[in-house]
This record gives sequence, C-alpha cells and structure tokens, in this order.
Amino acid sequence: MVNVSDSKNYKVIGTNPIRHDGYDKVTGRAVYGADIKLPGLIWASIVRSPHAHAVLKSVDTSAAEKVDGVFAVMTGKDLPHLADSWIDHGEGTENVAWSSENIMATKKVLYKGHAVAAVAAKDRYVADYAASKIKVEYEELESVTNVEDATKEGAPILLEDLVGDHIGKKVEKTNIASVTRHEFGDPDKAFQDAEHVVERTFTLQMVHQGYIEPHNATATWDEEGRVKVWTSTQGAFPVRTSTAAILDMDVSKVKVTPLEIGGGFGGKIPIYLEPVCATLSKKSGRPVKAVMERSNVFQASGPAPGGTITVKMGTDKNGKLIAADTSIKLEAGGFPGAAVGAAVQCIFAPYEIANTRIDGYDIVVNKPKSAAYRAPGSPQAAFATETVVNELADLHGMDPVDFRLLNASKEGTRRADGVVFPVIGNEEVLDAAKASDHWKSELGTPMKGRIRGRGVASGYWFNVGLKSTVNLTVNTDGVVALVEGSTDIGGTRTSISMQAAEILGIPATDFRPTVGDTETAGYADVTGGSRTTYATGFAAVKAAENLIEVLKERCSIIWSLDKQDIDFENGTFFATKDPELKFTFKQLAANLDSTGGPAASSGSVDLESAGGAFGTHIVDLDVDPDTGKTDIVRYTAVQDVGTVIYPAYCRGNIQGGVVQGIGWGLNEEYFMKDDGSQANTSYLDYRMPTALDMPNIDVIMVEKPNPGHPFGVRGVGEVPICPPIAAIGDALHDALGKRFYDAPMKPGRILNVLGKISD
Amino acid sequence: MQPFAYSAPTTLEEAVEILDKHGEKARPLAGGTDLLVQIRGGRFDLDTVVDIKKIPELNEISNGNDELVLGAAVPCHKLYDDPSISKSYPGLIDAATLIGSIQIQSRSGFGGNLCNSTPSADGIAPLIVHSAVANIQGKSGSRSVPVEDFCTGPGSNVLGKGEMLVSITMPNKGDKFGAAYERFIPRNEMDIAVAAVGASIMLDSNGKIAEAKIALASVGPTPIFATKASESLKGKEPNEAAFKEAASIAKSECSPIEDMRGTADQRKHLVEVLTERMLIKSLERIGG
Repeated sequence: MVNVSDSKNYKVIGTNPIRHDGYDKVTGRAVYGADIKLPGLIWASIVRSPHAHAVLKSVDTSAAEKVDGVFAVMTGKDLPHLADSWIDHGEGTENVAWSSENIMATKKVLYKGHAVAAVAAKDRYVADYAASKIKVEYEELESVTNVEDATKEGAPILLEDLVGDHIGKKVEKTNIASVTRHEFGDPDKAFQDAEHVVERTFTLQMVHQGYIEPHNATATWDEEGRVKVWTSTQGAFPVRTSTAAILDMDVSKVKVTPLEIGGGFGGKIPIYLEPVCATLSKKSGRPVKAVMERSNVFQASGPAPGGTITVKMGTDKNGKLIAADTSIKLEAGGFPGAAVGAAVQCIFAPYEIANTRIDGYDIVVNKPKSAAYRAPGSPQAAFATETVVNELADLHGMDPVDFRLLNASKEGTRRADGVVFPVIGNEEVLDAAKASDHWKSELGTPMKGRIRGRGVASGYWFNVGLKSTVNLTVNTDGVVALVEGSTDIGGTRTSISMQAAEILGIPATDFRPTVGDTETAGYADVTGGSRTTYATGFAAVKAAENLIEVLKERCSIIWSLDKQDIDFENGTFFATKDPELKFTFKQLAANLDSTGGPAASSGSVDLESAGGAFGTHIVDLDVDPDTGKTDIVRYTAVQDVGTVIYPAYCRGNIQGGVVQGIGWGLNEEYFMKDDGSQANTSYLDYRMPTALDMPNIDVIMVEKPNPGHPFGVRGVGEVPICPPIAAIGDALHDALGKRFYDAPMKPGRILNVLGKISD
Repeated sequence: MQPFAYSAPTTLEEAVEILDKHGEKARPLAGGTDLLVQIRGGRFDLDTVVDIKKIPELNEISNGNDELVLGAAVPCHKLYDDPSISKSYPGLIDAATLIGSIQIQSRSGFGGNLCNSTPSADGIAPLIVHSAVANIQGKSGSRSVPVEDFCTGPGSNVLGKGEMLVSITMPNKGDKFGAAYERFIPRNEMDIAVAAVGASIMLDSNGKIAEAKIALASVGPTPIFATKASESLKGKEPNEAAFKEAASIAKSECSPIEDMRGTADQRKHLVEVLTERMLIKSLERIGG
C-alpha cells in the first residue's frame, strides 16, 4: 500500500496526460448510444400523456397496428405485473413496481409526458405517425405540482396504494411518502437562550440536469430469451439490474453494453426506454431503438426536485451557532423518492452545532419522477442554510468567512444527522478562501448603470464508496489493457489508469483503458456519488498490486530464484541479492510468452465511506436595477479535493458544477402552467447559461488527502454545484440591500423584490 | 414530420405559381431557421417547400443614396459585413447582430423574420423605425405595404394566397438620423425577447426633433408601432424630459401577456426602461 506521506514523489498522479478517449471525441469517432446501427433495426415512438393527472381508461392500438411499416405495438400491460420490491443503486433506491409504472403507465398517468404506449416501425417518422393513431381515453383529475398544494387538506391523492411513513406512523391516503426526523440536544431550549435567531422559508423550482445527449436505448430480445441492450448510461450494471427486474428475469439473461455518454449528472442512472425497446423487440423479432426528443427529456426523465425549505438558526453572543432547526419538503415527482435523505445529511454539515432538528418530507406531485442531480438535495439545502448563515454573520457584524471559521465542522464533529466526521478539509477551504486574491480584492467598478455586489457561500457533499472492479492484462509490448465496469462520464478511464500506472511505475499513456459491458467487465456500481475516481481507482490500485505479485513470479521463473528474493521499485523488478538481475516493466512484458503466457490481474473493492468534501465560493456580479439583468463578473471556487489525480479534470469538474449552480440560481426552472404541464420544454426557454453568460471561473484546489484511499482521493464532482445559489443571493443582497429567498433569482423576481413590478 | 416535395424555382413567376397552386400546403424557404423547426414540430402539414434562394431579386442588396433595397432571402450577416449599411441603418444592424446566434445569422434574414410574423421578432421593430416598406408579388401583380401594417396577429400577416415577399425598401434619412434596437433577455444570447424596443430620431436644422419613431416587440399580438409615443416627440428638444414622457406613453401603448418568459407587468416596465434607453442611443448615434 502506498503511503500518503509519499505524495510528493508521485510520477503520474498530479499530471495531465492526454486523455485516452480524447482523439475519438474530438474527431467525432466516439460511438454514443444513438449511433448504434444493427441489421434490421427499427425505431420506437412512445405515446405520452397530454394530462398531468388522469385515470388511464383505455388504450386502443388497433389503428396504429394497421399502419404500413409498423412491426409492433405495446402498452403497459405488456410489461410483467410486479409486486413492490426494492433495489439499491447506491445513489438512490427504486421500487420496481413503481419504476415499471413510470416506464409505462397501466392505471394512472401522474405527469404530462408519462408514457402509455409505444410503436416500433421501419423508421422514426412512420413510428411517430402510427403513435399518433393510438387512441387513449383518460379521465382527467385535478393536478398538484408543488409541495404546498400536494399537502393541502383535500388535495388529490396521486397513489391510492401509497402508505406514508411519517416518523414511524403509517398514514394512508397521503401524498407525503415519508417524514423523517433527526434530533440532537434540545434545540427549542437553545433557541430561547440565543442572542440572535434567524428563521426563513425558501422555495426552489424543479430543474433539469441539462445533459446534451438525450436518453436512448437499443435492444434485442433473442430466441434464446436473452435481452441485449446498448445505451448511454451512468452504470451498465444498474441498467442490467433495473431492466432484468422490470422484465422479471434473471440478471444474467440481460447483457448491457454501455456506449459513450453525453452527460448524465445523475439523470442517467434510472432507465426509461430499455424495457420498452426489449418488449417491442420480443414482439417484432428485430432490434428496436428509441431516442427521446428534448421536450420528452424535460417532461419525462428525472429532473431535480424543487420544494420548500424552512431553516431556523440561533447564535450565542459570541456568534457561535448553538441551535438549528429545519423542515425540508422536496417534490419527488409522480412516485416517491426525492433526494430528501441526502439533503438531510448535507444541510448543516459545514457547521458544528450542538442542538439540531432536521425534518425531511418526501412528497409526490404531478411532475416527472425526480432523479439524482449532482449532489442531490444539497444545493437546495445550501441555498437555505447559507443564506441564514450570512444573515447571522451580518447581525454579529462579522466577516462571513470568519463567522464560518468560528463555526466550522472539523474532524470529530458530529454531523447533524449523527455521523461523526473523519478527516475533512472544511477549515482549510475557508482559510484558503479568506487568503484568496478574490476575497482580498476591491470590488471594482461595475458596468454603466449597474450595481456590483459580492457574495460568499459554502457547500458539502458526503461522497460514496460502493463496489468496483478493475481487470488488467499485460500485452507483450508492455502496454496494459485495463477493463473497468464504471462508465466514463468525465474522464475516469484516464484518472483510473493513472492510479494503476503510478503503482506499476509506467506512464499513463502505456494503458489502453476500456469500459466493458456487463459480461466482460467485473461488477461496478453506478458512476455517481463522486465515487468513480475514488472507488474504481482504489480497485485499480489493488489490481496493479496484484499484478506486481504475478510479475514477480515470472521473474522468479526466468531467474530461477525464490519469489521472496525479488522486489519491485520505480517500475523495475530486481533480485534483492544480485544487482545484475533486473527488468523494466517493458522488458519483463516481452518475456511473458515464454514464462506461462499473458499476465493478468484483478482488483475489487466494496467501500463503506468515502470522506466528504467542502467548497466555499466567492462571486462578484453586476445587476441592472432597472431591468433585473444580472451578469456574473468574477467567480472563485475553493474546494477540498483530497489528492488531485488529474488537475485539469479536477478544475474542469469544479467549473462545470459552478456553471450548473449559477444556472440554477439565476434563471433555470420548470415553469408550470395551470394545467400542470411544463411550459418551457426546450433549451430556448429553459434558459441554461450559455458560454456568453459565464466569466472565467477561478478554482483553488485545497489538497487534504483522504486517509481512506491509498493516494488520498476524495470525490470532487458534486460539491461545486452546492454553494452557487446561495452565493448569488448573497451578492445580490450586497448590491441591492435585499435578501432573496426564492430561486431562481430571475430578472422579474429581482424587479419584484425591488418593488418595481408586481409579482 | 411527413415527406414533402422540395422545389427551387429560379424566377418570381415560377415561385408564385407553385405557391398559388398549393396554397396553405406550401411555404417559402429562405434560411429555414424557423420553417424547418416548425415543420418538425408539426405546425405545418406541407406538400411542398419552395426554396426561394435561387431567385435573383430575392438575393439583392442595393444600397443607393436614397434607399436600401433588401431582398427577402438576404441573410443577416451580409448587412453587418457591409460598413456603408451599418452607417445609415444602425437600428437594422442592432437586430442583425443579435438574432439567434452567429450560426443562425449566417442563414436567417429580415425577410423571413418579417414573414414569420411572431410578436417577438427582432427584425420587425427596427424595420418600422427605419420606415421600411414590404414589396409583395402575387399572381395578379405586386403591391407594397408599410412594415407596421404587415403583421395581423401572432404568426399571421397580410400575404394572401400565392403572394410572397420579394424585398424590403427603406429610405436613407441622412446624417441627422439615428436609430437603435435592443431587446431584454435574461441571458446574453440564444433567447427570445421578454420585451424589445426600436427607436429612431431625425433632427431638424435647429436641433429639434423633426421625426421620431418607436416600435415595440414581445408586448402584444404583433410588433407595435407606438404612434402616440412617436408623435409626442415631434418638434421637441431631444432631452431627458421628452424621452421620459415618450417612454411613459409607449408603456401605455402595449398589451403584453404573462407567460414563461415574463409577466405582463414586467414587460410594461421594460418597455418604459428600454424606450428611454433607445431614444438616448438613437440621439447619440446622430452624426456619429
């Protein structure tokens, strides 16, 4: 095992080699899910509900079946009828019966865009035409699209058979799927003793991850009863698990081949199309492909929940936080499972507070079933907590970074949901933010007619570990073939190869890494939870260490020595008692065929904890008080990243999270119409930031190695989306003198808060 | 999307013949940046798409001393690439540089923007403040319509069966003239106006306002020529008080709706803010 204290001597770790997938991606040769072509391929088109909430009375497919060029038609009744059962993907669990109903409804439609039938035809145009011939009879119901409406007395009930668990109490006829409580100390008494107490209620809207590539799947169901799937996903093995469960077959009957993926951010963990394509293939005998239109990606995939969060925090006379209380109500969408559990873990994590109460509500509403989105639940939680923290710092007349340092959680601090922190970098991040050029700089002069403000906020994500496998094979030219089961969203083929390369003492470019399918790669959980460079990297380290043992045996054969007389250092195998006997990795590789053939190894991990990470962000923005237009003019993200494997990726990952957080804070939202449908189902009106809306984002990486990993890796990708919403709100307050409690802080809302227009 | 025929006539007569024959089942194609999206979105069920880019008159740009004639198929970038047009028709250039994106501007133009006739069209308000006239060819002859009278509702206009826009003509108002157009969008590109205002000012020899025009977009069923606000400036000194009064009148001349892009109140407020800003900018551009 490599000692963390050796970190200064790394040869590969901390460099920026050419990424292994780079050439294919910049030349357009990389094969994504929608690129797959198979002999006899036909196209699927999905019929979707025009209503947000309705009873599905009947589906008449007869006219569609008669359309020339149609090969198969299906409804939800063609999927197996399943009882409730739970599967765990690490970052979120799913009830298979609900997932099946989400993939194709049989009883009720619970959101606009909910699938009710599908057609497979010779091309997508014929399929779309035939789909339009399917007659669906609905009995419309009143819809509820936010947590307040869904929990009102007399609200329409979405799921008749849902039994809510409200802090241990079973409740029927409810839209509140669960209520949880975490309580420590005596917050009510502590608030009575407090010098200052601030209580605010925040609202946030549903937002989408906004990946460029729409969901897609291609499937065959062969005569042997085996299903093969090609798709863009965050986890081939989880797709196999979900598809097999929904089709009610053993996992080994399903083979999933992951293709290159054009973004996921959590949204490509659930499945939508795979069982549909498989079923249509079973009926038609042909490979069937489906690709979602963007409007369907918005309306019928898995966005992040909006909701209502109340946070109350109190301080003593010295500005020390002594009590905190929150209720977090998040909208799950049509089926239970908002990211409320994760929000609960994150909401007070940056602070040491003796008396805390956290109530979490998972509430079903007539919107698409929410899914993970980059630190699920944490950006919403951070908007609330960080805004209140900034208000308390103001009340104490303290610098907001100093206020955070005074109250910072550290190793040994009990997180408000009970977990005790291991080694974390929260204080080091705050110190670095305080020492940054940005924090020390003057605000500068805004553009004409604008007012400039500066804001600050922190954020946290716990990161996850889970299961990963890496397999290595040495080629005779000394190049190592690496097969991993973790799909590569952000460059992990390289970050994982680098960790094995460091152990083997060879360059990262001497690796040929591949993301395998579910029958060539060892098992890996989802690429999510910021776990891949950490956990799959850990597996690569183990595989490399195992490979060294295999190669030492080969040396012992060649040199006719005992294995214990052979050592390995700096990429060289040598006999401890004879300095003349040595091989570089490459020289030994050339001798493999005569010593027993290929050398191969494997490494697997199942990691319990991952070591959470913290970020503190500083933003300067210019706001036009007459139009409400906001421009971000300077941004600095400071983050605890553990040991940096690939600095350019690390920086890019943090910048990407910041961009998404800025979009969430300024303009992005599901704009809901009175009929319960989303109005803005295209990028024209969903208003994600464009390149022209972004300044350069400065990144300060604080390396606090994670003692739970051989190189000290910590997950990086999720923390950076957490602070921006609150940081933007704080900067608007600095500019305009008004606090913002509702996101997004779009121009109309800014004018409204300034009293220039009505709501 | 259903299959349709593609035709590319080379004369006006031929194009009008095809459009007349197919009626609502045919649409002219210039840049296609609106039409193709609309066909895919199921807005039209067409038999024929008539590509008009091979007709010489529709590609004409004639920038004379007295007027500018702009063929209906001329894309935006050809305007801002020509310094002589930029100087005399600044309001037009403001729009040409912000429609869609650079990629869109290489295909789309003012002709298509006018015929698409959306309330939020970035091209129409600037044409109005430049006193532009639409030249239309039909089977039975040609006619001209002031641009402010061209649109009749969201997506509808005065073009009858078999009629097509051939060109847009606007006068060169000399060096005592300035114009400007700006839309409000929450982002910095790739967006539809929440509200937008075009303005122009022509000064007389005493430095007073001889003529002013104000046009509004995204705040009613069609782009709006704000005649009362425009008239209010006539004969006045071009100063803050006059501009503020005109901006206040313009606000009362619009009838916005509330939708995902903004509330009615927000749009009215923006009309007032932008009108004053565009009048100031128009004045600054005189002689510049």
